[in-house]
Amino acid sequence: MSDSLFQYLVRLGDDRLVLGHRLSEWCGHGPILEEDIALANIALDLVGQATLYLKLAGETEGKGRSEDALAYFRDAIDYRNVQMVELPKDDYAYTIVRQFFFDVFSFHVLEQLQSSKHHELAGIAGKGFKEVRYHVRHSSEWVVRMGDGTPESHDRAQKAVNQVWRFTAEMFETDAIDREMASSGIGADVEAIKPKWEAIVMDVLRRATLSVPNDPPAMTGGRRGRHTEYLGHMLADMQSVARSFPSSATW
Amino acid sequence: MVKDEGAEVREAAERSAILELLREVKDPELPMIDIVELGIVRNVETADGVVHVDVTPTYSGCPAMQVIEREIVTTLAAHGFPDVTVHTVYSPAWTTDWMSDETKQKFRDYGIAPPRMASNSGGIAELVSLRRARATVDCPFCGSANTVEKSEFGSTACKSIHFCNSCHQPFDHFKAF
Repeated sequence: MSDSLFQYLVRLGDDRLVLGHRLSEWCGHGPILEEDIALANIALDLVGQATLYLKLAGETEGKGRSEDALAYFRDAIDYRNVQMVELPKDDYAYTIVRQFFFDVFSFHVLEQLQSSKHHELAGIAGKGFKEVRYHVRHSSEWVVRMGDGTPESHDRAQKAVNQVWRFTAEMFETDAIDREMASSGIGADVEAIKPKWEAIVMDVLRRATLSVPNDPPAMTGGRRGRHTEYLGHMLADMQSVARSFPSSATW
Repeated sequence: MVKDEGAEVREAAERSAILELLREVKDPELPMIDIVELGIVRNVETADGVVHVDVTPTYSGCPAMQVIEREIVTTLAAHGFPDVTVHTVYSPAWTTDWMSDETKQKFRDYGIAPPRMASNSGGIAELVSLRRARATVDCPFCGSANTVEKSEFGSTACKSIHFCNSCHQPFDHFKAF
Protein backbone atom coordinates (compact mmCIF):
# COMPACT_ATOMS: atom_id res chain seq x y z
CA MET A 1 0.00 0.00 0.00
CA SER A 2 2.65 2.46 0.96
CA ASP A 3 4.54 2.02 -2.32
CA SER A 4 1.31 2.55 -4.26
CA LEU A 5 0.64 5.66 -2.21
CA PHE A 6 4.16 6.90 -2.89
CA GLN A 7 3.70 6.36 -6.65
CA TYR A 8 0.30 8.05 -6.56
CA LEU A 9 1.65 11.13 -4.78
CA VAL A 10 4.59 11.32 -7.20
CA ARG A 11 2.14 11.35 -10.12
CA LEU A 12 0.20 14.21 -8.55
CA GLY A 13 3.42 16.11 -7.86
CA ASP A 14 5.10 15.48 -11.21
CA ASP A 15 2.06 16.64 -13.24
CA ARG A 16 2.21 19.97 -11.47
CA LEU A 17 5.98 20.34 -11.26
CA VAL A 18 6.47 19.77 -14.99
CA LEU A 19 3.51 21.94 -15.98
CA GLY A 20 4.58 24.66 -13.55
CA HIS A 21 8.02 24.65 -15.07
CA ARG A 22 6.64 24.96 -18.60
CA LEU A 23 4.52 27.93 -17.52
CA SER A 24 7.51 29.55 -15.84
CA GLU A 25 9.27 29.58 -19.22
CA TRP A 26 6.93 32.43 -20.16
CA CYS A 27 8.25 34.64 -17.36
CA GLY A 28 9.54 37.79 -19.04
CA HIS A 29 8.21 36.65 -22.43
CA GLY A 30 4.46 37.00 -21.99
CA PRO A 31 2.47 38.60 -24.83
CA ILE A 32 1.22 41.33 -22.51
CA LEU A 33 2.27 42.25 -18.99
CA GLU A 34 -0.90 41.02 -17.30
CA GLU A 35 -0.52 37.60 -18.90
CA ASP A 36 3.17 37.42 -18.01
CA ILE A 37 2.14 37.96 -14.40
CA ALA A 38 -0.84 35.60 -14.64
CA LEU A 39 1.22 32.69 -15.95
CA ALA A 40 3.99 33.30 -13.40
CA ASN A 41 1.41 33.24 -10.60
CA ILE A 42 -0.28 30.11 -11.90
CA ALA A 43 3.15 28.49 -12.27
CA LEU A 44 3.90 29.38 -8.67
CA ASP A 45 0.64 27.81 -7.50
CA LEU A 46 1.45 24.62 -9.43
CA VAL A 47 5.05 24.36 -8.26
CA GLY A 48 3.86 25.06 -4.72
CA GLN A 49 1.31 22.27 -4.96
CA ALA A 50 3.96 19.96 -6.43
CA THR A 51 6.25 20.75 -3.50
CA LEU A 52 3.55 19.66 -1.07
CA TYR A 53 2.77 16.41 -2.91
CA LEU A 54 6.44 15.50 -3.36
CA LYS A 55 7.22 16.31 0.26
CA LEU A 56 4.44 13.98 1.37
CA ALA A 57 5.65 11.39 -1.15
CA GLY A 58 9.17 11.48 0.29
CA GLU A 59 7.82 11.10 3.81
CA THR A 60 5.64 8.19 2.69
CA GLU A 61 8.59 6.48 1.01
CA GLY A 62 10.57 6.80 4.22
CA LYS A 63 14.01 6.77 2.59
CA GLY A 64 14.90 10.33 3.48
CA ARG A 65 14.21 11.87 0.06
CA SER A 66 12.99 15.42 0.37
CA GLU A 67 10.84 17.19 -2.21
CA ASP A 68 14.04 18.76 -3.57
CA ALA A 69 15.78 15.41 -3.92
CA LEU A 70 12.79 14.08 -5.83
CA ALA A 71 12.51 17.13 -8.06
CA TYR A 72 16.17 17.62 -8.92
CA PHE A 73 17.78 14.21 -8.74
CA ARG A 74 15.42 11.94 -10.66
CA ASP A 75 15.87 11.21 -14.35
CA ALA A 76 13.08 11.39 -16.92
CA ILE A 77 12.49 7.65 -16.71
CA ASP A 78 11.49 8.04 -13.07
CA TYR A 79 9.13 10.94 -13.67
CA ARG A 80 5.45 10.02 -13.58
CA ASN A 81 3.67 12.99 -15.16
CA VAL A 82 1.31 12.60 -18.10
CA GLN A 83 3.02 13.43 -21.39
CA MET A 84 0.69 16.34 -22.09
CA VAL A 85 2.26 18.55 -19.44
CA GLU A 86 5.81 18.15 -20.69
CA LEU A 87 5.03 19.40 -24.21
CA PRO A 88 6.89 22.62 -24.96
CA LYS A 89 5.38 26.03 -24.40
CA ASP A 90 5.21 26.72 -28.15
CA ASP A 91 3.04 29.78 -28.82
CA TYR A 92 0.52 31.35 -26.47
CA ALA A 93 -2.44 29.54 -27.97
CA TYR A 94 -0.71 26.18 -27.48
CA THR A 95 0.14 27.00 -23.87
CA ILE A 96 -3.42 28.14 -23.11
CA VAL A 97 -5.11 25.17 -24.81
CA ARG A 98 -2.89 22.67 -23.00
CA GLN A 99 -3.39 24.54 -19.73
CA PHE A 100 -7.17 24.52 -20.19
CA PHE A 101 -7.25 20.75 -20.80
CA PHE A 102 -5.23 20.20 -17.62
CA ASP A 103 -7.14 22.75 -15.49
CA VAL A 104 -10.52 21.10 -16.16
CA PHE A 105 -9.00 17.72 -15.25
CA SER A 106 -7.27 19.04 -12.15
CA PHE A 107 -10.44 20.80 -10.97
CA HIS A 108 -12.32 17.50 -10.88
CA VAL A 109 -9.43 15.52 -9.40
CA LEU A 110 -8.89 17.98 -6.56
CA GLU A 111 -12.63 18.28 -5.98
CA GLN A 112 -12.63 14.55 -5.21
CA LEU A 113 -9.30 14.46 -3.37
CA GLN A 114 -10.33 17.10 -0.85
CA SER A 115 -12.51 14.33 0.64
CA SER A 116 -9.70 11.77 0.57
CA LYS A 117 -9.47 9.45 3.56
CA HIS A 118 -5.78 10.38 3.74
CA HIS A 119 -5.98 13.42 5.99
CA GLU A 120 -2.91 15.26 4.75
CA LEU A 121 -3.63 14.56 1.08
CA ALA A 122 -7.15 15.94 1.60
CA GLY A 123 -5.72 19.12 3.09
CA ILE A 124 -3.21 19.62 0.29
CA ALA A 125 -5.88 18.97 -2.32
CA GLY A 126 -8.30 21.32 -0.58
CA LYS A 127 -5.76 24.08 -0.81
CA GLY A 128 -5.08 23.37 -4.49
CA PHE A 129 -8.80 23.22 -5.26
CA LYS A 130 -9.24 26.88 -4.32
CA GLU A 131 -6.36 27.82 -6.60
CA VAL A 132 -7.43 25.73 -9.59
CA ARG A 133 -10.71 27.66 -9.65
CA TYR A 134 -8.79 30.77 -10.67
CA HIS A 135 -6.69 28.77 -13.14
CA VAL A 136 -9.62 27.20 -14.98
CA ARG A 137 -11.43 30.50 -15.20
CA HIS A 138 -8.34 32.14 -16.69
CA SER A 139 -7.54 29.44 -19.24
CA SER A 140 -11.15 28.91 -20.38
CA GLU A 141 -11.63 32.63 -20.96
CA TRP A 142 -8.49 32.77 -23.08
CA VAL A 143 -9.53 29.71 -25.12
CA VAL A 144 -12.73 31.53 -26.03
CA ARG A 145 -10.96 34.85 -26.67
CA MET A 146 -8.48 33.26 -29.04
CA GLY A 147 -10.78 30.74 -30.69
CA ASP A 148 -13.51 33.30 -31.29
CA GLY A 149 -10.99 36.05 -31.95
CA THR A 150 -9.07 37.18 -34.98
CA PRO A 151 -8.40 34.84 -37.93
CA GLU A 152 -4.82 34.46 -36.73
CA SER A 153 -5.72 33.71 -33.13
CA HIS A 154 -8.36 31.22 -34.30
CA ASP A 155 -5.87 29.42 -36.56
CA ARG A 156 -3.28 29.19 -33.82
CA ALA A 157 -5.83 27.96 -31.29
CA GLN A 158 -7.20 25.36 -33.70
CA LYS A 159 -3.68 24.17 -34.53
CA ALA A 160 -3.02 23.82 -30.80
CA VAL A 161 -6.17 21.77 -30.25
CA ASN A 162 -5.29 19.56 -33.22
CA GLN A 163 -1.83 18.86 -31.82
CA VAL A 164 -2.56 18.50 -28.10
CA TRP A 165 -5.82 16.54 -28.34
CA ARG A 166 -4.13 13.15 -28.79
CA PHE A 167 -2.37 13.57 -25.44
CA THR A 168 -5.51 14.15 -23.41
CA ALA A 169 -6.65 10.53 -23.03
CA GLU A 170 -3.72 9.68 -20.79
CA MET A 171 -5.18 11.80 -17.97
CA PHE A 172 -8.06 9.31 -17.68
CA GLU A 173 -6.09 6.07 -17.73
CA THR A 174 -6.36 3.90 -14.67
CA ASP A 175 -3.99 1.16 -13.61
CA ALA A 176 -3.62 -1.03 -10.53
CA ILE A 177 -2.26 1.88 -8.48
CA ASP A 178 -5.23 4.12 -9.33
CA ARG A 179 -7.67 1.33 -8.55
CA GLU A 180 -6.01 0.53 -5.24
CA MET A 181 -6.00 4.21 -4.21
CA ALA A 182 -9.60 4.79 -5.30
CA SER A 183 -10.96 1.68 -3.63
CA SER A 184 -9.31 2.61 -0.35
CA GLY A 185 -10.95 6.04 -0.48
CA ILE A 186 -7.60 7.79 -0.85
CA GLY A 187 -7.34 8.51 -4.57
CA ALA A 188 -9.59 9.98 -7.24
CA ASP A 189 -11.72 8.04 -9.73
CA VAL A 190 -10.58 9.52 -13.03
CA GLU A 191 -12.84 7.32 -15.14
CA ALA A 192 -15.81 9.03 -13.50
CA ILE A 193 -14.22 12.39 -14.29
CA LYS A 194 -13.82 11.72 -18.00
CA PRO A 195 -17.44 12.43 -19.10
CA LYS A 196 -17.54 15.58 -16.95
CA TRP A 197 -14.26 16.74 -18.48
CA GLU A 198 -15.58 16.08 -21.99
CA ALA A 199 -18.81 17.98 -21.34
CA ILE A 200 -17.01 21.09 -20.11
CA VAL A 201 -14.27 21.00 -22.73
CA MET A 202 -16.63 20.46 -25.66
CA ASP A 203 -18.86 23.31 -24.46
CA VAL A 204 -15.98 25.77 -24.18
CA LEU A 205 -14.49 24.69 -27.52
CA ARG A 206 -17.88 25.13 -29.17
CA ARG A 207 -18.15 28.66 -27.80
CA ALA A 208 -14.60 29.26 -29.01
CA THR A 209 -15.66 28.07 -32.51
CA LEU A 210 -13.01 25.36 -32.31
CA SER A 211 -13.34 21.72 -33.34
CA VAL A 212 -11.59 18.58 -32.15
CA PRO A 213 -9.68 16.32 -34.51
CA ASN A 214 -11.11 12.99 -35.59
CA ASP A 215 -8.09 10.82 -34.86
CA PRO A 216 -8.60 9.10 -31.52
CA PRO A 217 -6.24 10.13 -28.71
CA ALA A 218 -3.20 7.87 -28.75
CA MET A 219 -0.20 9.13 -26.79
CA THR A 220 0.51 7.41 -23.49
CA GLY A 221 3.30 6.14 -21.26
CA GLY A 222 4.09 9.02 -18.93
CA ARG A 223 2.64 7.31 -15.86
CA ARG A 224 5.10 4.46 -16.52
CA GLY A 225 8.12 6.67 -17.08
CA ARG A 226 7.94 6.62 -20.89
CA HIS A 227 8.10 10.20 -22.01
CA THR A 228 8.33 12.29 -25.15
CA GLU A 229 11.63 13.60 -26.43
CA TYR A 230 10.90 16.89 -24.66
CA LEU A 231 11.09 15.90 -21.01
CA GLY A 232 14.80 15.06 -20.86
CA HIS A 233 15.76 18.46 -22.22
CA MET A 234 13.38 20.22 -19.87
CA LEU A 235 14.76 18.39 -16.85
CA ALA A 236 18.32 19.14 -17.91
CA ASP A 237 17.37 22.80 -17.86
CA MET A 238 15.49 22.56 -14.57
CA GLN A 239 18.00 20.38 -12.73
CA SER A 240 21.36 21.58 -13.96
CA VAL A 241 22.07 24.07 -11.18
CA ALA A 242 21.15 21.66 -8.38
CA ARG A 243 23.11 18.84 -10.01
CA SER A 244 26.13 21.10 -10.41
CA PHE A 245 26.17 21.71 -6.66
CA PRO A 246 24.72 18.49 -5.25
CA SER A 247 26.28 18.83 -1.83
CA SER A 248 24.72 22.21 -1.12
CA ALA A 249 22.42 22.00 1.85
CA THR A 250 19.10 22.76 0.24
CA TRP A 251 17.67 23.71 -3.06
CA MET B 1 -3.39 10.73 37.51
CA VAL B 2 -5.42 13.89 37.44
CA LYS B 3 -3.56 17.04 36.50
CA ASP B 4 -3.93 19.64 39.16
CA GLU B 5 -5.83 22.72 38.12
CA GLY B 6 -2.75 24.81 38.78
CA ALA B 7 -0.80 23.00 36.07
CA GLU B 8 -3.60 23.49 33.58
CA VAL B 9 -3.83 27.17 34.36
CA ARG B 10 -0.06 27.53 34.01
CA GLU B 11 -0.09 25.70 30.65
CA ALA B 12 -2.87 27.90 29.36
CA ALA B 13 -1.02 31.01 30.51
CA GLU B 14 2.16 29.82 28.80
CA ARG B 15 0.29 29.05 25.57
CA SER B 16 -1.24 32.51 25.73
CA ALA B 17 2.15 34.12 26.31
CA ILE B 18 3.67 32.25 23.37
CA LEU B 19 0.81 33.32 21.11
CA GLU B 20 1.40 36.92 22.14
CA LEU B 21 5.09 36.54 21.27
CA LEU B 22 4.16 35.10 17.89
CA ARG B 23 2.31 38.33 17.14
CA GLU B 24 5.77 39.85 16.75
CA VAL B 25 6.18 37.76 13.60
CA LYS B 26 4.69 39.73 10.74
CA ASP B 27 3.87 38.59 7.24
CA PRO B 28 6.97 39.58 5.22
CA GLU B 29 4.82 41.11 2.46
CA LEU B 30 2.31 42.77 4.78
CA PRO B 31 4.29 44.31 7.65
CA MET B 32 1.19 45.48 9.51
CA ILE B 33 -0.30 41.99 9.81
CA ASP B 34 0.95 39.33 12.21
CA ILE B 35 0.81 35.60 11.59
CA VAL B 36 -1.62 34.94 14.45
CA GLU B 37 -4.33 37.28 13.15
CA LEU B 38 -3.74 35.98 9.63
CA GLY B 39 -4.66 32.52 10.84
CA ILE B 40 -1.31 30.99 9.90
CA VAL B 41 -0.68 29.84 13.48
CA ARG B 42 -3.12 27.02 14.14
CA ASN B 43 -1.99 25.68 17.51
CA VAL B 44 0.65 25.96 20.21
CA GLU B 45 1.54 23.13 22.60
CA THR B 46 4.36 22.64 25.04
CA ALA B 47 5.61 19.16 25.79
CA ASP B 48 8.75 18.27 27.77
CA GLY B 49 10.11 21.76 27.41
CA VAL B 50 9.71 21.81 23.62
CA VAL B 51 7.33 24.30 22.08
CA HIS B 52 5.36 22.86 19.14
CA VAL B 53 3.86 25.43 16.79
CA ASP B 54 1.42 24.27 14.12
CA VAL B 55 1.29 26.54 11.07
CA THR B 56 -0.68 26.27 7.86
CA PRO B 57 0.31 27.80 4.50
CA THR B 58 -1.93 30.42 2.95
CA TYR B 59 -1.59 29.34 -0.68
CA SER B 60 0.39 26.38 -1.98
CA GLY B 61 3.33 28.27 -3.39
CA CYS B 62 3.59 31.00 -0.78
CA PRO B 63 7.32 31.78 -0.65
CA ALA B 64 6.96 33.58 2.67
CA MET B 65 6.30 30.39 4.63
CA GLN B 66 9.97 29.47 5.04
CA VAL B 67 10.82 32.97 6.23
CA ILE B 68 7.90 32.85 8.65
CA GLU B 69 8.99 29.48 10.05
CA ARG B 70 12.52 30.75 10.65
CA GLU B 71 11.21 33.87 12.34
CA ILE B 72 8.98 31.83 14.64
CA VAL B 73 12.03 29.94 15.85
CA THR B 74 14.26 33.01 16.28
CA THR B 75 11.54 35.11 17.93
CA LEU B 76 10.68 32.45 20.50
CA ALA B 77 14.39 31.75 21.12
CA ALA B 78 14.99 35.42 21.80
CA HIS B 79 12.30 35.29 24.48
CA GLY B 80 13.56 32.27 26.35
CA PHE B 81 12.12 29.36 24.38
CA PRO B 82 15.17 27.75 22.76
CA ASP B 83 13.50 24.46 21.80
CA VAL B 84 10.90 25.09 19.13
CA THR B 85 9.55 22.77 16.45
CA VAL B 86 7.34 24.11 13.70
CA HIS B 87 4.87 21.67 12.12
CA THR B 88 3.01 22.40 8.91
CA VAL B 89 -0.59 21.24 8.92
CA TYR B 90 -2.78 21.32 5.82
CA SER B 91 -6.19 20.62 7.23
CA PRO B 92 -8.41 22.60 7.58
CA ALA B 93 -7.25 24.49 4.49
CA TRP B 94 -6.44 28.12 5.19
CA THR B 95 -9.12 30.52 4.06
CA THR B 96 -9.36 34.30 3.90
CA ASP B 97 -12.68 33.89 5.74
CA TRP B 98 -10.65 33.57 8.94
CA MET B 99 -9.64 37.23 8.83
CA SER B 100 -11.31 39.51 11.33
CA ASP B 101 -12.83 42.89 10.51
CA GLU B 102 -9.97 44.57 12.42
CA THR B 103 -7.44 42.81 10.21
CA LYS B 104 -9.36 43.81 7.09
CA GLN B 105 -9.27 47.44 8.20
CA LYS B 106 -5.49 47.18 8.57
CA PHE B 107 -5.37 46.09 4.93
CA ARG B 108 -7.36 49.15 3.88
CA ASP B 109 -5.11 51.44 5.91
CA TYR B 110 -2.15 49.95 4.05
CA GLY B 111 -3.79 50.52 0.66
CA ILE B 112 -4.85 46.94 -0.08
CA ALA B 113 -8.51 46.11 -0.60
CA PRO B 114 -9.22 43.25 1.84
CA PRO B 115 -10.72 39.91 0.72
CA ARG B 116 -14.44 39.40 0.40
CA MET B 117 -16.01 36.25 1.75
CA ALA B 118 -14.81 33.26 -0.24
CA SER B 119 -17.29 31.43 -2.35
CA ASN B 120 -15.95 28.02 -3.22
CA SER B 121 -19.35 26.57 -3.88
CA GLY B 122 -19.72 27.49 -7.55
CA GLY B 123 -19.31 24.56 -9.88
CA ILE B 124 -17.00 24.47 -12.84
CA ALA B 125 -19.79 25.25 -15.30
CA GLU B 126 -20.20 28.63 -13.68
CA LEU B 127 -16.46 29.24 -13.67
CA VAL B 128 -16.12 28.70 -17.43
CA SER B 129 -19.38 30.41 -18.37
CA LEU B 130 -18.06 33.99 -18.79
CA ARG B 131 -21.22 35.00 -16.97
CA ARG B 132 -19.78 35.31 -13.48
CA ALA B 133 -20.84 38.44 -11.69
CA ARG B 134 -17.84 40.68 -11.26
CA ALA B 135 -18.47 42.20 -7.87
CA THR B 136 -16.67 45.49 -7.56
CA VAL B 137 -13.88 45.99 -5.12
CA ASP B 138 -14.07 49.24 -3.17
CA CYS B 139 -11.05 51.53 -3.36
CA PRO B 140 -9.10 51.31 -0.09
CA PHE B 141 -7.99 54.92 -0.47
CA CYS B 142 -11.21 56.81 -1.21
CA GLY B 143 -13.86 54.11 -0.70
CA SER B 144 -15.35 54.48 -4.15
CA ALA B 145 -16.97 51.49 -5.85
CA ASN B 146 -16.12 52.97 -9.24
CA THR B 147 -13.11 50.72 -9.72
CA VAL B 148 -11.96 48.33 -12.43
CA GLU B 149 -9.89 45.16 -12.28
CA LYS B 150 -6.75 45.45 -14.34
CA SER B 151 -5.34 41.99 -13.78
CA GLU B 152 -6.64 39.01 -11.85
CA PHE B 153 -3.09 38.06 -10.94
CA GLY B 154 -0.90 40.59 -9.18
CA SER B 155 2.41 41.12 -7.49
CA THR B 156 1.89 38.02 -5.41
CA ALA B 157 -0.32 35.06 -6.24
CA CYS B 158 -2.79 36.12 -3.54
CA LYS B 159 -3.46 39.55 -5.02
CA SER B 160 -5.15 41.12 -8.03
CA ILE B 161 -4.55 44.61 -9.43
CA HIS B 162 -7.27 47.26 -9.67
CA PHE B 163 -7.63 50.92 -10.61
CA CYS B 164 -9.90 53.51 -9.03
CA ASN B 165 -11.67 55.77 -11.52
CA SER B 166 -12.55 58.21 -8.75
CA CYS B 167 -9.19 59.00 -7.18
CA HIS B 168 -7.13 57.61 -10.10
CA GLN B 169 -4.91 55.37 -8.00
CA PRO B 170 -4.00 51.75 -8.65
CA PHE B 171 -4.36 49.37 -5.71
CA ASP B 172 -3.95 45.72 -4.82
CA HIS B 173 -6.78 43.46 -3.70
CA PHE B 174 -6.26 40.36 -1.56
CA LYS B 175 -8.23 37.66 -3.33
CA ALA B 176 -10.72 35.51 -1.47
CA PHE B 177 -10.02 31.81 -1.22
